[in-house]
Amino acid sequence: MKVRLTSIQTIVACFVLCSLGLGQDLASFEKRTTVKKLANGLTIIICERPEAPVFSFFTHVDAGSVQDPMGKTGLAHMFEHMAFKGTDTIGTRDYAGEKVALAKVEEAYAAYIAERDKPVDRDEQKLKQLEQSWKDAIAAADKFSAPYNNEFGKIVEGEGGEGMNAFTDYDETGYHYSFPINRLELWAYLESERFLHPVMRQFYKERNVVIEERRMRVDSDPFGRLLEQFSEEAFAAHPYHRPTIGWISDLNAFSATDAQNFFDKYYVPSNMVVAVVGDLKASEAMPIVEKYFSRIPTRPKPDTATTIEPAQNSERTVVLHQQSQPLYLEGYHRPDYRSPDDQVYDAIADLMSNGRTSRLYRALVRDKQIASDAEGFTGYPGNKYPQLFAFYASPLPGHKPQEVADAIHAEIERLKKEDISDEELRMIKTRAKANLIRSLGSNEGLASELGLYQARYDDWRELFRSVDRIEKVTKADIRRVANQTFVPDNRTVGIIEFAGGAPGTGAAPQGGGQ
Amino acid sequence: MKRALFSLFALVLFFSGNMQLWAQAPAWQQIPVPRLPAFHPPQPKRVELPNGMVVFLQEDHELPTIDGTARIRGGGRSVPANKTGLTDIYGEVWRTGGTKTQTGDQLDDYLEQRAAKVETGGGVDSTSVSWSCLKEDFDDVFRVFVDVLKNPEFRADKIDIAQKGMYDGISRRNDDPGQIAGREAAKLAYGANNPYARVAEYATVAAITRQDLVEWHSKYVHPNNIILGVVGDFDSAKMEARLREAFASWPRGPKGETAKDPEFKPDPAKPGYYQVDKTDVNQSNIQMVALGITRKNPDYFAASVFNEAFGGGFSSRLFNDIRTTKGLAYGVGGGIGSSWDHPGMLRLMVSTKSKTTIESIQAIDEEIADLATRPINDEEIKRAKDAILNSFVFRFDSPGKVLQEKMAYEFYGYPLDFLEKFQAGIEGVTKEDVARVAAKYIHREQMAVLVVGNVNEFDKPLSSLGTVNKLDIAIPAPPPGLLPEQGEHP
Repeated sequence: MKVRLTSIQTIVACFVLCSLGLGQDLASFEKRTTVKKLANGLTIIICERPEAPVFSFFTHVDAGSVQDPMGKTGLAHMFEHMAFKGTDTIGTRDYAGEKVALAKVEEAYAAYIAERDKPVDRDEQKLKQLEQSWKDAIAAADKFSAPYNNEFGKIVEGEGGEGMNAFTDYDETGYHYSFPINRLELWAYLESERFLHPVMRQFYKERNVVIEERRMRVDSDPFGRLLEQFSEEAFAAHPYHRPTIGWISDLNAFSATDAQNFFDKYYVPSNMVVAVVGDLKASEAMPIVEKYFSRIPTRPKPDTATTIEPAQNSERTVVLHQQSQPLYLEGYHRPDYRSPDDQVYDAIADLMSNGRTSRLYRALVRDKQIASDAEGFTGYPGNKYPQLFAFYASPLPGHKPQEVADAIHAEIERLKKEDISDEELRMIKTRAKANLIRSLGSNEGLASELGLYQARYDDWRELFRSVDRIEKVTKADIRRVANQTFVPDNRTVGIIEFAGGAPGTGAAPQGGGQ
Repeated sequence: MKRALFSLFALVLFFSGNMQLWAQAPAWQQIPVPRLPAFHPPQPKRVELPNGMVVFLQEDHELPTIDGTARIRGGGRSVPANKTGLTDIYGEVWRTGGTKTQTGDQLDDYLEQRAAKVETGGGVDSTSVSWSCLKEDFDDVFRVFVDVLKNPEFRADKIDIAQKGMYDGISRRNDDPGQIAGREAAKLAYGANNPYARVAEYATVAAITRQDLVEWHSKYVHPNNIILGVVGDFDSAKMEARLREAFASWPRGPKGETAKDPEFKPDPAKPGYYQVDKTDVNQSNIQMVALGITRKNPDYFAASVFNEAFGGGFSSRLFNDIRTTKGLAYGVGGGIGSSWDHPGMLRLMVSTKSKTTIESIQAIDEEIADLATRPINDEEIKRAKDAILNSFVFRFDSPGKVLQEKMAYEFYGYPLDFLEKFQAGIEGVTKEDVARVAAKYIHREQMAVLVVGNVNEFDKPLSSLGTVNKLDIAIPAPPPGLLPEQGEHP
């Protein structure tokens, strides 16, 4: 894998030398961007952007829900929540005592789960007792931490932290916020400390919080329900078929020990990139950042092998009969982000979807007037592994999903049979450059982009080179890739059909009268 | 100086009594925090043109781009009720409908070839035209901006598309429980027909004509009704000359006639319980609402500190008690909402599984009751003020943000140094101030409590708390023939 990456880099380097355009931006960033790989394997990027006395950071961990163990979906995301629970010195009255109490919680939980999940001969009386013991153990452990609830977040907020948050997706986990520049050292301490001494305290209450997040984003949201079913159908073998938030039975099963194990395995320094952007000088900031992050011990890089999704070879469809209005979604398998055609897919997405000149807008919204919105996008549900290029449309009242499907297919056929125009190709390339330029104007945006590109390609310069590769895309590339990708046996369709509303729910077929 | 702040913090912890006395300050407190260097963000230049247009020019040479926004007084709150949705249609067709000489589609092609945008929009108190472009395309794009601003054509085919888009939005508005809760809560706080809460219906959108758009435009779009802000890689003197030239021949509009906003006449729902039954969800969206305040209210600063401590981020009571300690919710929070020129909404929200619906309402009730018996304490006040003041720099850490602040102050008639006043105001807030605003505004018995959820799955009926009003959210049917036939006939 490493070898393949390197060979792509070589090809890319040639593109860059040959191209003009953004060379100036890259040169400017070369001067103010410093990368250092620490002895423990962790990569630090510092980008100087002295616009205001503030900085933003982005910690990229190269592990997402794809790495969730079997039967423990949702674990990567669960750990992300736990990374806000403090450390052995932040968020506790007495860690030595708390540690013992937390171990008892795990013991009690294991006993409870063992009884709960017995296939036969479950003793209900015993189960009740075990559950009570587990809850008592939690109450005992909470005594150490309760007065210090959320101390980590309280410190960050009180010190002026802005936009503190994190996300987990299939491919990675990201942590980010911004601070006034005088808190650089404080930040380096806090951010390294949370990955040096995380403590899985208040785990089972936080698990309930995460289950509420699932209820909000998936169970109670028609589009969330559609996406979950759609992904499950589109991917048979690769972990992209599982929900990042986790299946409910897994959420009700995994333990704090599981989260700690996930951390131990995947939060290793060589799996982490920390990008810092703002009013700092690399010569002064790097030693500070290095001092704190070097404390994280080296651990072996985890095995990241996953099943490769086999060719689909059959059209698949999921239809959800809902109380909500119709939606249409379809996706086609495509290779991962390292494919030489990666930017061809980007070009197709731009052509089909970007603004009122896009082909889908003009066909479905402006001319046929059968949809309120229609787009094509790549990178679903992630892009690190072979993924989907997807299309969706919202049918207007009185129009059916099949009508928008037919219209999308007509546009796809056009893409396969006719070259796109010179104007369209030029527009795609101009927009790619302009979008890149506009993305360079914020600390938050830059930190996440530099961190992501460094993690994916082992070189942040790919952020600029990807635009150079769009510059190389030809009309023939677009036809070739469209013909390869957009074929019925490579397609999965997801549809919400309106199935009538329960009385009093306000659900009615589009157009009102029932 | 900073060190002194930290030792004060430790002292506060000591007196608060429930924290352990550290033999030594915790490691994080031992890390030096130097003084933040003095920072004077660039201020935009304010120019008033002879025709009354107010212009702000903000140079920012980091990237080779130039962006601008014209904000025009007058918005959805001035639209007659039977045309609700007018500014939405106007805000779209102003641009898509093209100008006297160019269709909207021609403008789309012209701009997209330059990766540039000229877009229009309609809001509750104003409408806007904005552009963004690379510096090298400024002349081309600015010409389009001026043409759209002054000479829109509102072509009928684009009105049709905009109306269909709105019909689609209306038909889908009961699909997402969060959207239902937000919409219905606003109606409870302001009154269902209040301009800040009412929503467009099939009939009100269908009633909007091209003539309405033309009349709206000629009534409101005059230079003396416009604030224009420009930010980017330009020289202010040259840009000023350029704008003076571009708008010199545009006469001032009728005096006094422009942008008369309607008087604020709230008609809040009676306090009590309001229920929307939604059988396809497993989580209840709960919102407790009443009217909030404006930012001109002298209580605004104390309310901001209260909000941070009670329902803001990680440090707040609602987050700590309802989410972290009880594990009842992912989303919980709220506070005394504020708007610029009319009262915002006071709103406390929690989303919880159906079978802890009543439990969660009672948990919030407890938090409210606690405010009297266990007022926000020194430590909480300190943390809330620190959070606001230490992150203050993020309100002006880019020239674009400074420009936006100034434009807002100009638009709503606030002093242009309101940001400095805000900082001083927060610094001056005391524990007594916070207790006073809590007592003044947080009255549980005066709130309307909305629950959108799967009623049959609740832990107890909502009626166990009080009289329940069932809200009918069924979408009024469209006028006959407005939409294509649905259903049986394919």
